[in-house]
Amino acid sequence: MTMLEIRNLHAKVGDKPILNGISLVVNAGEVHAIMGPNGSGKSTLAQVLAGHPAYEVTEGQILYQGQDLLDMEPEERAQAGLFLAFQYPVEIPGVSNAYFLRAALNEIRKARGEEEIDPIDFMDLVEAKLKLVEWGPEIMSRAVNAGFSGGEKKRNEILQMAVLEPRLAILDETDSGLDIDALRIVASGVNALRRPDNATIVVTHYQRLLNYIVPDRVHVLAAGRIVKSGGKELALELEARGYEWLSEEVVSA
Amino acid sequence: MSSSESSVESLVNREYQYGFVTDIESEVIPRGLDEDVVRLISAKKQEPAWLLEWRLKAYRRWLEMKEPHHWANITYPAIDYQDIIYYSAPKTKKPLGSLDEVDPELLRTYEKLGIPLSEQKLFAGVAVDAIFDSVSVATTFKETLAKSGVIFCSMSEAVREHPDLVQKYLGSVVPYNDNFFAALNSAVFSDGSFVYVPKGVRCPMELSTYFRINTADAGQFERTLIVADEGATVSYLEGCTAPKRDTNQLHAAVVELVAMRGATIKYSTVQNWYAGDAEGKGGIYNFVTKRGKCAGDDSKISWTQVETGSAITWKYPSVILQGDRSVGEFYSVAVVNGRQQADTGTKMIHIGRDTRSTVVSKGISAGHGNNSYRGQVKVLGKAAGARNYTQCDSMLIGNRCGAHTFPYIDVQNPTAAVEHEASTSKIGEDQIFYLKQRGLNTENAISMIVNGFCKEVFKELPMEFAVEAQKLLGVSLEGSVG
Repeated sequence: MTMLEIRNLHAKVGDKPILNGISLVVNAGEVHAIMGPNGSGKSTLAQVLAGHPAYEVTEGQILYQGQDLLDMEPEERAQAGLFLAFQYPVEIPGVSNAYFLRAALNEIRKARGEEEIDPIDFMDLVEAKLKLVEWGPEIMSRAVNAGFSGGEKKRNEILQMAVLEPRLAILDETDSGLDIDALRIVASGVNALRRPDNATIVVTHYQRLLNYIVPDRVHVLAAGRIVKSGGKELALELEARGYEWLSEEVVSA
Repeated sequence: MSSSESSVESLVNREYQYGFVTDIESEVIPRGLDEDVVRLISAKKQEPAWLLEWRLKAYRRWLEMKEPHHWANITYPAIDYQDIIYYSAPKTKKPLGSLDEVDPELLRTYEKLGIPLSEQKLFAGVAVDAIFDSVSVATTFKETLAKSGVIFCSMSEAVREHPDLVQKYLGSVVPYNDNFFAALNSAVFSDGSFVYVPKGVRCPMELSTYFRINTADAGQFERTLIVADEGATVSYLEGCTAPKRDTNQLHAAVVELVAMRGATIKYSTVQNWYAGDAEGKGGIYNFVTKRGKCAGDDSKISWTQVETGSAITWKYPSVILQGDRSVGEFYSVAVVNGRQQADTGTKMIHIGRDTRSTVVSKGISAGHGNNSYRGQVKVLGKAAGARNYTQCDSMLIGNRCGAHTFPYIDVQNPTAAVEHEASTSKIGEDQIFYLKQRGLNTENAISMIVNGFCKEVFKELPMEFAVEAQKLLGVSLEGSVG
């Protein structure tokens, strides 16, 4: 089943074009890695998929589970199972993780026509998910990301993902700023959530994360276009050779 | 304008749901104020001579005073004090003996406001005094309270039934000549609530007063006096609403609290007077003097306020920390939206030794609202070991609102410790987007962010009202974010 189909996507921020014709198909059960140098448009692609208002789509189409994604509000996308693990998770002082995450889960359940989950059942659900990120229950009474270290914020994103069980998860540079232990925890969390009926897009600058989360497909972005796609071995090649040679290939092509 | 701002805008503009008018026959005196009006009000309430004299002194002093128009960070056209109705009371055929005798129309009004006056339907454990325009129309649970010796009644009744207590404490914290609005109130106050908790008694239920302005062009000038005798404890809450009208209405109340040795008074306010329309037409002018005196050692007075209504709010609930080791607290959430203006804060006056005060103020500005925190911490020479902690946070929603902080710190004792922290934040597009990406719509996202911002204050409210306050905040910010 096709989870996501991007056709000739162009997007800009202000007057500056960033995405210049991206096409990509992601099927259910697959993990895709989007790689590329800084400024190639990786994070912009993630933000456009989530519907960030700062980016304007000027051309192209995105189909998500057959629906016109660009026609949906950010919260409708989330309710339909699209999840973005943020590169820079935001702090919400005074709002506990438990309150926030239950509210989010209930919005998604409501959209699916399910009943709201009560606080007791919710805590049971969370208990199992906390194990994935090797956390105790005390994290649930802390305010959302407030005073969290960089690594804790990323782990919190994975916890949210585990609780919300998205159909399509987009991890935006989740590995940046993580030490090796945090990286292992984050990756094993993501792996545990892989299922035949969901899909994951991993946006990363480094090959390192892909040692833990093994992708089915790797795409390299440069100047807002996918310049090369391949299997997981492409990531290793990039690690060995850097991104330069690809730019030359693009130029000579 | 960014898309998140326009959704804030659309959020703030929900209808004020308490804006209806009760159609009831009222006894209204002609507009305007002179000595005869003061005498008339006093006569209607069959007051003793000393009280009339006190009112007249206040009135004469008021004539010499000037409206405080210059220091507060608010602007409004001059108030014509001769165009206000100073007394309006729903007509009753006979004096009210019990709830059964209250006009059904009034009962329906309070029902509609979510304050059913029948004791069975009330929040368990909350006694209510309902004030309609100038008079108290009902007080619930009086008998239950009387069993533990607690007096909870309207001010008029207190003047009749407990004249010694009233005479002893009335004006003892806010003198008749304290300020322009307090002097006006002292001259014309019509009703209000009176509470006396005797020595060693912990008041068995929450007390609350519900203020409702109904008559057009009537001012509301209520006067509340709460006395907690030695070792007594009481928690009191007031709520306020008014119909929507095109003209501004004046509310100039005075609240006095007296805490004797070892006593604790907790006073909470959820103020939701009509705020005027989006262009700033109509709304209540809320010019209120609230002050508590920790008269005895080891006493404590705590103010918690959630201010979401009124066109203009001008109030500074204060504590005079006279007893040694006494404690003063002020927790405040003030929200301005549309064209609302608020200049509010507190005064903590440290007189006794080892006195402590805590001030937590959360100001939220949206729309074209203008919000000022004005707070004074004064430590007198004998207040050795006094401590104050002030935290003052402002949140801005959108680009056309304002937030200001005016702290005044005056320390005359070298052993005192005074801390002041202030912050200003703008509700971030990134915060809203983050919550939307988790499935919340803009309205719920803002409500969550704002409630988180106010959490330190909400946790000070009595349980039943904390939930109400959260909802109220959601409503008053509706349409504020774009």
